Amino acid sequence: MLTSKVFLRKTKRGKVLKVVREHYLRDDLWCGSELCKKCGQENSDVLDKSPVSSSTLCAFPHYIVIDTNIVLHQIDVLESPAWKNVILLQTVLEETRKRSTNNYKKLREIMATRKDSFYVFVNEHHKDTYVERKPGESANDRNDRAIRKACSWYQTHLEESQKGTDKKKQIKVVLLTQDFKNREQACNEGIPTYKVDEYVKSLKDFPDLQEKLAASHSESNNENREPLYPEHLAPTRIMSGIKSGKLLQGVFHSSRENFLEGTVSVEGQDKSILLQGHASLNRAVDGDVVAVELLPEDKWTSPSGIVLEDQEEQDPGDEIEKEEKLLIDSTKSKDRQPTGKIVGIIRRKWRQYCGILLPSVLPEGTRHLFVPAERKIPKIRIETRQAVTLSSQKIIVAIDSWPRTSRYPLGHFVRALGNIGDKDTENEVLLLEHDVPHHSFPETVLACLPSMPWMITEEEVNRREDLRHLDICSVDPPGCTDIDDALHFRELSPNLYEIGVHIADVSHFVRPDTALDKEAANRGTTVYLVDRRIDMVPELLSSNLCSLRPDQERLAFSVIWQVTADAEIQKTRFTKSVIRSRRAFTYAEAQCNIDDSLQQNELAKSLRGLNKLAKILKKNRMDKGALQLSSPEIRFEVSTETNDPIDVISKPMLDTNSMVEEFMLLANISVADHIFKHFPECAVLRRHPVPPASNFEPFLKAGKTQGFTLDVSSNKALAASLDAAVKPDNVYMNTMLRILATRCMMQAVYFSSGTVAQVDFYHYGLAAPIYTHFTSPIRRYADLLVHRLLAVAVGADVTYTELLNRKCAQQLCNNLNYRHKMSQYAQRSSVALHTHLFFRHRVQDEDAYVLFVRQNALQVLIPKYGLEGSIYLKGNDGDSKLDFVYNPDEPSQTCGNVTIRTFDRVVVQVSLDSKYVQHQKIAVHLVHPKIAGLSVDAIEIPKTDEPRTKKLKGGK
Amino acid sequence: MSGNELLSDQGLRIDGRKPNELRRIRCSLGIFSQADGSAYLEQGNTKVLAAVYGPHEIRGSKSKALHDKAFVNCQYSTATFSMGERKRRPRGDRKSTEMSTHLEETFAAAIRTELYPRSQIDIFVEVLQADGGNYTACVNAAMMALVDAGVPLKDTVVSCTASLVKDVPLVDVNHVERSGGSPELVVSILPHSGEIVYMSLTQRFHIDHLSKVLDTAIKGCKDIGAILNEIMKGHLTKLDTSLQAS
Repeated sequence: MLTSKVFLRKTKRGKVLKVVREHYLRDDLWCGSELCKKCGQENSDVLDKSPVSSSTLCAFPHYIVIDTNIVLHQIDVLESPAWKNVILLQTVLEETRKRSTNNYKKLREIMATRKDSFYVFVNEHHKDTYVERKPGESANDRNDRAIRKACSWYQTHLEESQKGTDKKKQIKVVLLTQDFKNREQACNEGIPTYKVDEYVKSLKDFPDLQEKLAASHSESNNENREPLYPEHLAPTRIMSGIKSGKLLQGVFHSSRENFLEGTVSVEGQDKSILLQGHASLNRAVDGDVVAVELLPEDKWTSPSGIVLEDQEEQDPGDEIEKEEKLLIDSTKSKDRQPTGKIVGIIRRKWRQYCGILLPSVLPEGTRHLFVPAERKIPKIRIETRQAVTLSSQKIIVAIDSWPRTSRYPLGHFVRALGNIGDKDTENEVLLLEHDVPHHSFPETVLACLPSMPWMITEEEVNRREDLRHLDICSVDPPGCTDIDDALHFRELSPNLYEIGVHIADVSHFVRPDTALDKEAANRGTTVYLVDRRIDMVPELLSSNLCSLRPDQERLAFSVIWQVTADAEIQKTRFTKSVIRSRRAFTYAEAQCNIDDSLQQNELAKSLRGLNKLAKILKKNRMDKGALQLSSPEIRFEVSTETNDPIDVISKPMLDTNSMVEEFMLLANISVADHIFKHFPECAVLRRHPVPPASNFEPFLKAGKTQGFTLDVSSNKALAASLDAAVKPDNVYMNTMLRILATRCMMQAVYFSSGTVAQVDFYHYGLAAPIYTHFTSPIRRYADLLVHRLLAVAVGADVTYTELLNRKCAQQLCNNLNYRHKMSQYAQRSSVALHTHLFFRHRVQDEDAYVLFVRQNALQVLIPKYGLEGSIYLKGNDGDSKLDFVYNPDEPSQTCGNVTIRTFDRVVVQVSLDSKYVQHQKIAVHLVHPKIAGLSVDAIEIPKTDEPRTKKLKGGK
Repeated sequence: MSGNELLSDQGLRIDGRKPNELRRIRCSLGIFSQADGSAYLEQGNTKVLAAVYGPHEIRGSKSKALHDKAFVNCQYSTATFSMGERKRRPRGDRKSTEMSTHLEETFAAAIRTELYPRSQIDIFVEVLQADGGNYTACVNAAMMALVDAGVPLKDTVVSCTASLVKDVPLVDVNHVERSGGSPELVVSILPHSGEIVYMSLTQRFHIDHLSKVLDTAIKGCKDIGAILNEIMKGHLTKLDTSLQAS
């Protein structure tokens, strides 16, 4: 059963090492064909008995063997259902894994979903197909030879099983490869072989597939063209450069505002490196890991401060516009930043991008420009024959390469999503762009759900504490169906109260290591779009069994404190329980109950008691230095019939909002304390790092223009100076400052306690030494993990391997952080999308505040819609002969007798710029102050206009 | 995804074995004439020499003598050329000393020491090539040498390792698998009674997995025991025929 062979391999890892490894060759690896009578395989239905060829190129029945270069460069083509009876050799798998982890992952996904079409043949361990590397042979050549060897083995192997059959009907093995030499040698050995593009084009049943072929690099006319970009260094030179400190490695972020600018954040360096101009950016795409060379210090500059979009409306060909005009020389400015240029790309982070085709002069032509929805991504040139149909659709495109001679990266069309402007399409786009898993739950997941009708068993009740007698109620926003928290309050003795926070016991339903658990862990969080909710767990759980609905018995995880009238905690207790909520309040209803002194029922009394304690808790927290930040939050009033937004309301803040929040914070902190005590190595916690001082620079500058000295030395000092920065004549100014402060903050992250030093557990925003998320397990996976940890800590559940593994926990946390960030972006995009829809038939004048003053633009915030826009300081009729004087120190823009500074209130006109049907965007124009040539006239709608002008007069 | 994939989707390990397959074992006995007993054993690329002297009088300090049983003295050493990088100290370092103690404990449990009070049995093992499972190979080789020397044993001792990758237990781990970051459970047993005489674990893993990993290791021990038994029998019949011929 076992033949063995010892072989030598040399690897270099700093030193030359001789590695000796065993390599066993086996005789029990089967060919996977249904036809074969020789192999001892049991269920061999991957390769059909009589495959039907849909290729005109090779009409005979055949199996396909693919070469590594196809997996590496044409992975999108492989996703098509056109591929059947494909043999994947282990040589190919291993080569792919070494060369591109991304493609390897994709390939494995394809293999997992299409198990019936792809067969993996472990040729490296088969006694007849293993080849040894000859002296002097390159690894690549050896692999090619191994692939050919496997092909010819299959050929002879299959022939033996179909000796009697007609020659024409005999199954052959076809090798697909892009490598010219490999093809030639295969021909010599009698293996039928084709290029993948030849083969794909010959598939008569799948004519559209060829669109997905990646653009080949060897376009002949490219080679003798003048290169536009500097060459990238070879990987070995990059590595040695990084080692010697000459080059720096970092992640490239292109600027949102200026497509010719970007930064590279180098690990361990406070300030990121600035890059300017095409040559310095040198074909890097947002997210790539790049190697940067710093320029000498006298060439350092500062960000140009202008807002610039790549506004080519047609394919300009391979020319780079003159940059000097676009980049104003700013070497003399004071606050210069380390500046560099990209000399090489270490790892590409290309993914698939959503966007639209740029209308081309020649719709019949095949080469088109594609505009990604994400502003940070450059336009992509693709080849397609369906430009006419695709021009009205949102499509997905992948980048293949970016040769030196090409102005834009080359890519290929992957698939179409639907018509532009369609809400479903746009929703799909924003979900895809933010990598939100939104497919419906698969059968395996649904199989994990409890069967209906579901009842709490007697046994379950006995295991838990029975809290059904308590007057528990929940307070949530209106229309909430996934209620995951409820509260209770009762007086034990005159100076002693009992408060309980009851959280839905999701971990009872989502058991570790089930399909349901894995799906939830992958999704990480529920995503709330304006008109849609993408659940983390199936609806049966999220809106029914877990949701703490009123007057229904539900399982809960309770935190119960005994507190004094001064909100001092005497005792904390955690227990799994059974509860029955008495009522589900909305925030407004709860507020009414508190305020209305006629209401003397138990619930109203409880709410009053809770509210009183919450106020004390909040004060204590503020005294410790917790921040009150602000970000504009709005809600759309959606029409019930068309699902289109009809009005915008900003979310009101009531006492009850902060009351619920206060107790949730308290529960989270108590739980964090407890699980960390029990699991110092693997507790899932949440921290909010202290932002580095450099983050606060724009904030401090803005404060200065308003005449405030802001202290950012600690969160307490920051909170105090924010409270002090109030101007009576500009009420919104304080909110603006808080918005700016929010932007200086770091992201709060989940982490596993064993991976971070305890001093770094600090939560800056909440001023808590330790914090976690416990209170929303229906919509956050982290909470579910915390529930499991806590359940073990209180002896209500058992552990499992991954829970206690620090590495697993950290990996989960990383995914959760990513999903969390992405869901926030998706939510913001969804709001932006609805703002678009809202302005589709509207033009409105609105109050706005200047957020930033740039060299050629003003960035304004329209609080009513939470919308941000840029006003370009260019004349309406295109000639930029407006004499704006930019003062970078203040910063301010002056034109004639009008000076605009940060935080100034202006009036702007908001409309939907539908110059291009394709690419609609919100346009913002200045209305007041009046600047001839720039500002537009206010629209005359007496009803809304009059009060606003009055208000304005009062303000100025 | 970095590093090696210790267990492929097709269920093969890096070197082509299935999770429950041992490496190739080769062994020869009586290779030195000077020693009372000797053996050479290969477990894949791990190659070990073992020599046994005794029982004989206590050498050196008489205080080591035990009044009711024999004193088992083991010395473990690794050849300077046994690994990819040249090893400086072949013996006497902390790791070798620890290994020697482990071997002493293992064999004190297996040898019928009570038959030889106040005497000493020496076991010397030398790792010529190290490719994972050094302790295992040493125990197996030393046991074969003891058999060759004719030292009375309660039972043969056999040892085997097991590991856990993707929740699948692997038997007889080699160097690549061991350094790949998975835990290694080393077990020595007396195959007839099933007693465990030595057990160690290099890393923590969840207790849920322990029983299946331990079962795998014990199954490995028994398999190795069967193979070594065959070799032992072959050696003894050869010895028998050559004695009869003379």
